[in-house]
Amino acid sequence: MAELTYLQAISDALRTEMRRDKRVFLIGEDVGVYGGAFKVSLGFQEEFGPWRVIDAPLAETAIVGACTGASMMGLRPVAEMQFADFVSCAWDQLVTVAAKQRWRVGTPVPIVVRLPSGGGFSGGPFHSQNPESSFAHVPGLKCVCPATPEDAKGLLISAIEDPSPVLYFEHKHLYRRIKGEVPEERYTVPIGKARTHRLGKDISVITWGAMVYTAGEAAQQLENDGVSVEVIDLRSVMPWDKAAVLDSARKTSKVLVLHEDTRTGGFGAEIAATIAEEAFEDLDAPVKRIAAPDTPVPFSPPLEKAFIPQVEDVVAGLRDLAGY
Amino acid sequence: MIVATETAVDVVMPQMGVSVSEGTVTKWLKREGEQIEADEPLLEISTDKVDTEVPSPASGTVVQILVQEGETVDVGTKLAQIGGSAGTAPAPASAPEPEAAPAPPPVSVPVPAQAPVPEPVAEAPAPAPAAAPEPVAEPSGNGKFVSPVVARIASEHGIDPDQIPGTGRGGRVTKQDILAVVESGASPTAAAPSAPQAEAPAAPPQAPRLQPQAAAAQTGEQVEPVSAMRRGIAEHMRRSLDTAAHVTSAIEVDMSKIVAARAALKKEFQSAYGVNPTYLAFVARAATDTLKDYPYVNGELRGDSIVTRNYVNLGIAVELADGKGLIVPVIRNAEGLNLLGVARGIADLASRARDKKLLPDDVQGGTFTITNPGGYGTFHGTPVINQPQSAILGTYALVKRPWVVTDEDGNDAIAIKPIMNITLTYDHRLVDGAYAGRFLRDLRERLENWEGDGT
Repeated sequence: MAELTYLQAISDALRTEMRRDKRVFLIGEDVGVYGGAFKVSLGFQEEFGPWRVIDAPLAETAIVGACTGASMMGLRPVAEMQFADFVSCAWDQLVTVAAKQRWRVGTPVPIVVRLPSGGGFSGGPFHSQNPESSFAHVPGLKCVCPATPEDAKGLLISAIEDPSPVLYFEHKHLYRRIKGEVPEERYTVPIGKARTHRLGKDISVITWGAMVYTAGEAAQQLENDGVSVEVIDLRSVMPWDKAAVLDSARKTSKVLVLHEDTRTGGFGAEIAATIAEEAFEDLDAPVKRIAAPDTPVPFSPPLEKAFIPQVEDVVAGLRDLAGY
Repeated sequence: MIVATETAVDVVMPQMGVSVSEGTVTKWLKREGEQIEADEPLLEISTDKVDTEVPSPASGTVVQILVQEGETVDVGTKLAQIGGSAGTAPAPASAPEPEAAPAPPPVSVPVPAQAPVPEPVAEAPAPAPAAAPEPVAEPSGNGKFVSPVVARIASEHGIDPDQIPGTGRGGRVTKQDILAVVESGASPTAAAPSAPQAEAPAAPPQAPRLQPQAAAAQTGEQVEPVSAMRRGIAEHMRRSLDTAAHVTSAIEVDMSKIVAARAALKKEFQSAYGVNPTYLAFVARAATDTLKDYPYVNGELRGDSIVTRNYVNLGIAVELADGKGLIVPVIRNAEGLNLLGVARGIADLASRARDKKLLPDDVQGGTFTITNPGGYGTFHGTPVINQPQSAILGTYALVKRPWVVTDEDGNDAIAIKPIMNITLTYDHRLVDGAYAGRFLRDLRERLENWEGDGT
């Protein structure tokens, strides 16, 4: 086991798969000579050559379109969106072509699109978004959002193996801030399985991505009040681990759904509605949501702090549920 | 000429509980022409659950009294009209339906002294007060909100949540509060399920309800609350014994042909269909065929009528893990299934029963039931009929026994044969002993002369 940053774990997964399987290649803006905007693929072009680490023009439509075609011809492309925000340019290729292909004609589209996402560093409205809910709504696409280095590696390998298009949301705020033990050998983390980040019995927090750590810190504070909070790290948003969420909801009877994406129509709404439908008789309080307000992400640091759910927001939400 | 200066408001027979469908006016407290204030008692009514006063839904003149003392009417029937002009009352179309009869609260319930009035917000002018104050039906004694999980635990354990001091917001009973009461086992303050002075004349004899009550543990005893399923089984079993005239007949069946058929089919069924052709499946198949000739065994005594059917909905008793209960899911239209279909149906129901995946429809509409307690070696039993059915078949352990056989020349010899006891427990109100005996004889014939896969 080595201790790796979240970013190193992503690089490790890519390197592992590219060494193992010649069909795997990278394509994206500045992924080659420059090594990627965040240096995820630093040194890859030297090791694997320019035909497997391809610098693309600034055209996300072309990147995802090329990946889709290559995957149908038997390759295993991994595309990088320089920032998740830019994926909107590739919407048509992803939603109209890649997501539908298997349903239309039965051919798999084993592509992975890496999406550096999330805010917390004053990136402003075009470099901070978390668009997973939009894509989770599209049948045919899978969405994963790892929070730990171990899951970052295991989920990326699962995504490359998967026959469906997988959107891999890697949170920029975690890149160098989060370190953890990562097995050196190849392993997979199943898509669609949640992880219990913290065991508890009084309130459940359902979350993913960087919010897992926000929830963990808030849970620690509630512990001092004598309230035991369980944190479920969803890991995959589509498909999502309904059974794990319902089990936790049934155990604690009080649920807080937390995400960094904006509130209205966010994936938290789907989770809250499912709990209300399927665990109604186990609830002891309304299912509560904490999410960003329905605005673009602000540049200004104090405004951004007000926008992204903070530990104290989650603490207040948990105290409200505890006292209900 | 009367000029109506007030809006007409109807007073209707209130709904005093989900199961109450009618009420009797016992006394009018105001006469026609008298003035009345909103919430002032207008009349007294009596239902089979409670006697109560009905408050006036509005202030005004009692214009018309439409139901006289002593009369019994359905819930929702218009009893009187407050305000408006009398002439408009009987014409339903012209009388605007004001909010379709707000159910007044039971008068025994103290209405919480005025909900706190929200502070008027500066820019939002307070709306004009509603003309008729809307009495909100209080769900329970103290009117505190009961969350879904608390309601469920309360009903499972026969606890009245209103009797528990709540620690939640506004004194609400939390899940922890009610679980503490359940775990203490001490005082599940049984809410005597709304049956005060049950002097209802000529009430049909009802099965005694299992009253939830606190049991104090003596030394060495463990006390656990009765689960909802256990309570259901208890009531169902007791009601069946109180309803049907249970008689049990038994027959011994030589299962040689079935044992051979099963051995021949087992591999094919398992490899091709993943289904085990159990002895139960053979018996179920043969019993279903036999029922065609004995419609009363598959029938029902329903009031003054005897109901028979051209189909068999076959109930299979399934034990849930650890003696936690019993459930009887139903194979619908079993008469249309061959041995494979029956075996598949049994396997499917049993696995879904144990995984709690059964749907409500899966356990309804059975016409005949088979129970199979023989797996543990028992060779006889007297099961309880699954009401409202008329009979239940019991299958018991298959054992090798010395058996007298007669050859073509009429010579007797003792052979070793696989013998199964099968019982039919039937309701003697509908099925007589000779009829049941013939049913068992024919069933035995079918099993002893089984051929092939029985299709």
